[in-house]
Amino acid sequence: MVDRHLIVEHIPRLRRYARSLVGDRYVAEDLVQDTLERAWNKFYLWRPGSDLRAWLFTIMHNVFVNEARRRRYEIEQPMEEVPLVPVRGAQSEQLELRDVDRALRSLPVDQREVLLLVAVEQLTYEEVSNALGIPIGTVMSRLSRGRERLRQLLAGRSLISLKVVK
Amino acid sequence: MKQVVEADLHAYVDGAVMGDARAEIETWLASHPEDAERVRAYAEQNAMLRALHSHVLDEPVPAAMLAKRSVAWWRYAAAAGIFAIGLGSGWLTRGMFIIPQIVSPSLARQAAIAHAVYAPEVRHPVEVGGNEEEHLVRWLSKRLGTELQAPRLAPLGYELVGGRLLSGSQGPVAQFMYQDGRGQRLTLYVSRQRGEPRDTAFRFSQEDRVSVFYWVDGNFGYALSGEMRREQLLKVADVVYKQLNP
Repeated sequence: MVDRHLIVEHIPRLRRYARSLVGDRYVAEDLVQDTLERAWNKFYLWRPGSDLRAWLFTIMHNVFVNEARRRRYEIEQPMEEVPLVPVRGAQSEQLELRDVDRALRSLPVDQREVLLLVAVEQLTYEEVSNALGIPIGTVMSRLSRGRERLRQLLAGRSLISLKVVK
Repeated sequence: MKQVVEADLHAYVDGAVMGDARAEIETWLASHPEDAERVRAYAEQNAMLRALHSHVLDEPVPAAMLAKRSVAWWRYAAAAGIFAIGLGSGWLTRGMFIIPQIVSPSLARQAAIAHAVYAPEVRHPVEVGGNEEEHLVRWLSKRLGTELQAPRLAPLGYELVGGRLLSGSQGPVAQFMYQDGRGQRLTLYVSRQRGEPRDTAFRFSQEDRVSVFYWVDGNFGYALSGEMRREQLLKVADVVYKQLNP
């Protein structure tokens, strides 16, 4: 029988990940709900002893990708060449988390997923590779592109001035 | 000194490098300010991303998430299934209008339609889950009037998700669904065939995006469907066929 408390323990982290991934609170709750429903039903597929959290992330990824195809989670297209973050006067001024959220949302979904699993959930590259079903080289390239794009977005124009100074 | 590559910088940021290797990267960063700046920025990103929705961790979990939906949703699934058949046939037949002849609904077609309807289903892909396999097989066997079995495809990476009872043009139909670790799904469609018992060869049909291998064995037709290449599906079909015809 389903040892449900094993899954329940992971719900707070699944909620945080979903929230970071889709942004909107209610859409995120839907995603978690759908993920859990699938997890309860498929718990027998989980191999005891393997990492349950990674397994749950795999399910969430599958649900997310499937639903995204059907546009239920309304993934916005990544915006290109748009200055998403207002350029701040002083470089020392702390970036607000709201800006981080906006910048994150402008990343392509595949980069966002990898970045969040690595940075927030602190999965190893191998775990990410397994969870998303992609080769580790792809994990690294998405991570690299995602981080660099985020850095440029958050640095605003200071990146350009840096180049001028050089 | 060893050349530090892109992957090393990320591994360093993520704390995946220890000991001497870590010291080596630090030496490198001391003389490569651009890399050092990136490492600093990436570490800052990690901290900001962790802080971003950390409050969610402290929120109480909504009660709805703790409750598994009960019996009621099976009924809902059945109702939704009937509705979905209509949509599914429409979707599949769209491409068929260009064929200048009336194609009677064949085993392969019906199986492909049923696959297209249920395989993408996230909430209710099956009526009875694979965790109740014995019950599932007994139930479907009774309804089809024969002794069915759900092939074991685990060695090929496919686990039984479960099954459902469908209505086909020639009576009740059993559909077993399998899924691999990546969420790729296969369905095995088993239906009673009208007329004299007969056997047919193994056949292939491409129904829109769905590939189907099918055959008739006595009074029953079998069709294995999946949205994958023919060769890939053939490997599974081969195993299914051998298990059902030992």
